[in-house]
Amino acid sequence: MSATEDFKSSSCRDYGQHEATLPGQQLAWIRSLRGDALEQFKTHGLPLGGDEAWKYTDLKALNRRTFEVASQAPAIEPQQARTQSLIEAPCARLVFVDGLFARALSSASLPVGVSVASLAETLQTDAAALEGRLGQQVEIAQPGFSALNTALMADGAYICVHRDTPVSEPIELLFLSSGSPDRAAHVRNLFVLESGASAVVVENHAALGDGAYFTDIVSEIFIDEHASLQHYKVQRDGVQAFHFAGTHIRQHRNGHYVAHTVDLGGRLVRNTVSASLAGEGAECTLNGLYVASGRQHVDHHTRIDHLVPHAISREQYKGVLDGRARGIFSGRVVVHPHAQQSDAQQAHDSLLLSDDAEADSRPQLEIYADDVKCSHGSTVGQLDDDALFYLRARGIGLEHGRELLVRAFAAGVVAQMQFEPLRARLDQLVGEKLAAANLSGTR
Amino acid sequence: MLSIKNLHAQVDGKQILNGIELEVKPGEVHAIMGPNGSGKSTLANVLAGRDNYTVTDGELIYEGKNLRELAPEERAREGVFLAFQYPVEIPGVSNIYLLKAALNAQRKHRGEQELDAIDFIALVKEKMKLVEMKEELLYRSVNEGFSGGEKKRNEILQMMVLEPKLAILDETDSGLDIDALKVVAQGVNSLRSKEHAVILVTHYQRLLDYIVPDYVHVLAQGKIVKSGGRELALDLEKRGYGWIDQPDNAKSATVGAGS
Amino acid sequence: MSSNTLDLDTLIRRDYAAGFVTDMDADTVPPGLSEDVIRLISAKKNEPQFLLEWRLKAYRHWLSMETPQWAQVHYPPIDYQAISYYSAPKRKGDGPSSLDEVDPKLIETYNKLGIPLQEQEMLAGVAVDAVFDSVSVATTFKDKLAKMGIIFCSFSEAVREHPDLVEQYLGSVVPPGDNFYAALNSAVFTDGSFVYIPRGVRCPMELSTYFRINASNTGQFERTLIIADEASHVSYLEGCTAPMRDENQLHAAVVELVALKDAQIKYSTVQNWYPGDEEGRGGIYNFVTKRGACRGDNAKISWTQVETGSAITWKYPSVLLEGDNSVGEFYSVALTNNRQQADTGTKMIHIGKNTSSTIISKGISAGRGQNAYRGLVKVLKGAENARNYTQCDSLLMGDRCGAHTFPYIEVRNRSAQVEHEATTSKIGDDQLFYCRQRGLSEEDAVSMIVNGFCKQVFNVLPMEFAVEAQKLLDISLEGAVG
Repeated sequence: MSATEDFKSSSCRDYGQHEATLPGQQLAWIRSLRGDALEQFKTHGLPLGGDEAWKYTDLKALNRRTFEVASQAPAIEPQQARTQSLIEAPCARLVFVDGLFARALSSASLPVGVSVASLAETLQTDAAALEGRLGQQVEIAQPGFSALNTALMADGAYICVHRDTPVSEPIELLFLSSGSPDRAAHVRNLFVLESGASAVVVENHAALGDGAYFTDIVSEIFIDEHASLQHYKVQRDGVQAFHFAGTHIRQHRNGHYVAHTVDLGGRLVRNTVSASLAGEGAECTLNGLYVASGRQHVDHHTRIDHLVPHAISREQYKGVLDGRARGIFSGRVVVHPHAQQSDAQQAHDSLLLSDDAEADSRPQLEIYADDVKCSHGSTVGQLDDDALFYLRARGIGLEHGRELLVRAFAAGVVAQMQFEPLRARLDQLVGEKLAAANLSGTR
Repeated sequence: MLSIKNLHAQVDGKQILNGIELEVKPGEVHAIMGPNGSGKSTLANVLAGRDNYTVTDGELIYEGKNLRELAPEERAREGVFLAFQYPVEIPGVSNIYLLKAALNAQRKHRGEQELDAIDFIALVKEKMKLVEMKEELLYRSVNEGFSGGEKKRNEILQMMVLEPKLAILDETDSGLDIDALKVVAQGVNSLRSKEHAVILVTHYQRLLDYIVPDYVHVLAQGKIVKSGGRELALDLEKRGYGWIDQPDNAKSATVGAGS
Repeated sequence: MSSNTLDLDTLIRRDYAAGFVTDMDADTVPPGLSEDVIRLISAKKNEPQFLLEWRLKAYRHWLSMETPQWAQVHYPPIDYQAISYYSAPKRKGDGPSSLDEVDPKLIETYNKLGIPLQEQEMLAGVAVDAVFDSVSVATTFKDKLAKMGIIFCSFSEAVREHPDLVEQYLGSVVPPGDNFYAALNSAVFTDGSFVYIPRGVRCPMELSTYFRINASNTGQFERTLIIADEASHVSYLEGCTAPMRDENQLHAAVVELVALKDAQIKYSTVQNWYPGDEEGRGGIYNFVTKRGACRGDNAKISWTQVETGSAITWKYPSVLLEGDNSVGEFYSVALTNNRQQADTGTKMIHIGKNTSSTIISKGISAGRGQNAYRGLVKVLKGAENARNYTQCDSLLMGDRCGAHTFPYIEVRNRSAQVEHEATTSKIGDDQLFYCRQRGLSEEDAVSMIVNGFCKQVFNVLPMEFAVEAQKLLDISLEGAVG
């Protein structure tokens, strides 16, 4: 590695080294998908200033670093994976370590009518199933990680729920990082819910070590007519980790998508979500909770396109910021011409617990149709003094009172999760994170 | 004053009125009753010229003019007033401003001098006493944050200030307590004279205890199936709408009870 | 009834009434921009050396800058060499020393625009500075105000008569390199208004400037500087019009406000630059930088704007809340019809302690108009107990227009309370029918509902302006409802 090498050049070098062995390269369409993406990444690179979409997230420090992908998944004890799982009951579970599929750790108890597999394996065995979907929902002609991921995608989950199959058991995708410093993982997921299908997917990112590693995840999600997906994404990366996730959803007529994103870990975290509501009656709900302390930086960037009439979108994000943490929410709702009767609501509330925490909020509406119901709201503030006083007047100590109020603030998001078994576990995880953060108000 | 012949009308493409016949002369009070969905409110809205209420057939003659050819505001200026079942809220537009603009639009139409602010306020205050409305409501935005009763009183106030030749009250009595009901009745009765006519659209006969109608008509499936005097309303009160024959086999009844 | 409510029945619907051209002999510099042109402008105005240096520095900086791209507006690149940077009505000798000496054609122009300059005809209590293309042609009530120590004059005169004040405050709120258009203005600005209110003085009348673009192929680059010394008060109004032309004309102004301790400035604008025709031909590009600094404790700056004109509006009247307990306000109505585009809003920068700001923005889009609110609320680290309340409402009329809301909220202090709300609505069919059933025409009903929508803003406009603003809205909405 030369002294002048930066993120971009080291990524391109990675591509050069691994090009031949990347999955799917035997197929012309995959080769051209990757090749085009690499060109786009070379052209646009990382957004290093002047890009409105990255206004509050500075990648200059990242750009000075270099990372390398693992050639094979590091060995992990089954017990280590089990303790990180969020679902106690037996379920379909794919485990990835440093972005590569770990078959030995995964369980394949699959309900009928569902395919759950490693994307890399599927590219070898059944690539036809992916063609026309993979790479179709993500925009690569822009700065950022979509192009990089498309060029270098190594593995990830392919889930296909077949027509009219309702799957109530959850499917867990456990992405473990060994925590090795300078390790890069390029994860690519593809979820397809065919007409009338439904599923619950729990995407679980956890770390076994605290090195400064890098993960970029791109998930493409297709919700066909009358299909529905509950998508949980829980991120507990290491304190020095870089985590960039892009989730790109296309919803057809009466297709429902509900996402709950919980961010507790990571040093620099960016979640990009873009949803295209392309069929009447489509409903998209994006909920998010982030609790950040220390020097954590958590950036949520969402965009919902109402492309047709009569679609509904709901967004509710909440952030708790302590220490020198910085929380960013940027949410855009675009109602396209003729998308009459669109109904969009968006809310972002953040709580600043310390003098050095920062919150930035950009709720945005872009509306080109007149018969719509759109609103957004955003608040930034601290705990309600009156409420705190009320608790104290009832004999509850200051610290306990604060904790109660912060927990109550955060609990609102968790309580909305439909998948019940996850709620208790997340309440506990959020509680632990809040307890670790400085709630005493002294500093 | 008003002559309705063979009136057929659709709402958003759905056929609701199927041949209404009604004659209203100056000085008369007509009550239109009927079960939910019989077309009562549709009739009221068709008379006022609401947009997606389409007349597909029949005649609507008011004071010698073809109502079908007049825009809603032209009908209003000619003296047709509709007290809305659900008065809308208009944020930022004060109640009194709307009232003044409406009154002066009508006065201008009649070739009368517009009222200046002082005369106008005097007129409104006088009418307000009758409807027992709080004065502060005048200065609030139109119907914004009004209670159900306040909205209805406000409709009656507008009616009294505008003194329409033909007032149509669309279920103005629904959801009102007895005091408010009396206020509505007082308002209507104060308008009663040789020149003015009133059409009361109502589901219940209790309003008719206070406003005694000259005629009562029963509407079912978009047609008047029975007409009579005040006693018809009392019958309906006792026996409900069930005994009213359906239009298909009730032609003789209609003719027999004709006014 | 609110005294601001306009009697709509008296409204005459008309086209852009200010679209005429006055035939004037003008002293116009040929198109083009260079250091020589800047020297020429400076020489024509007999400026002191410091100002020429200041201009040149701004110009050199401007050359290194790029046109801002982030706004939600689209227009072809502007050829800055095709614009004439100075055009002034020719006059005899040193220019008029009193109104009697002003060219009657100019007096007539302003009469036609409803701005009678003769004091005896004036609306009581409004002093006017009339800016015609590049120069101020007349300022009324100057002497009476001077007796109270108030300076109200053209910018050029201020440079001559009060160079110390100009040097002290010029560029202190909007630095010459602040942004592309501010830098251009700093290099080539020609005239504008200057106001100084001495300590403890409450200005007894509204001060106003009326901007008129007349000549073709020119831009208007005016500069306004208002200084309210400690515990003083002033209310200032600004109006603008231009002839109807097929070409686009650039208006790149800078307004700087300085409110010292306990001072209050209220700045109201009714902007009615020519908006272009129905197809979007012609119209003014209104690229304006307006900013005020609450430089002392308890200072207050309030911006109110009614934007109905211009092909493109790009402006963000802002307040730097430096003093403790200082207050910033922004009330805006922006209307875009036909093919007009507006990207407008405000910046509230909370710096001192216990500062508060209020933002009320009402956007109305009709025809193919595009209307964006863009606003920044920033609470710096030391700004204890900052408060902001923002409300952005959009009203859409028709399905070919657009309404956009882009707030930016940046909070660095945990004691802050920042609240933002936005809604989008259309004029309801139910509302229209209700009004029509009461005898109002559809147009009057629309006008009434729109005025109701804007009421929170109209209520804070000075009386004379409120009536004017409502009239403008009605005219601008003409044909918006079919």
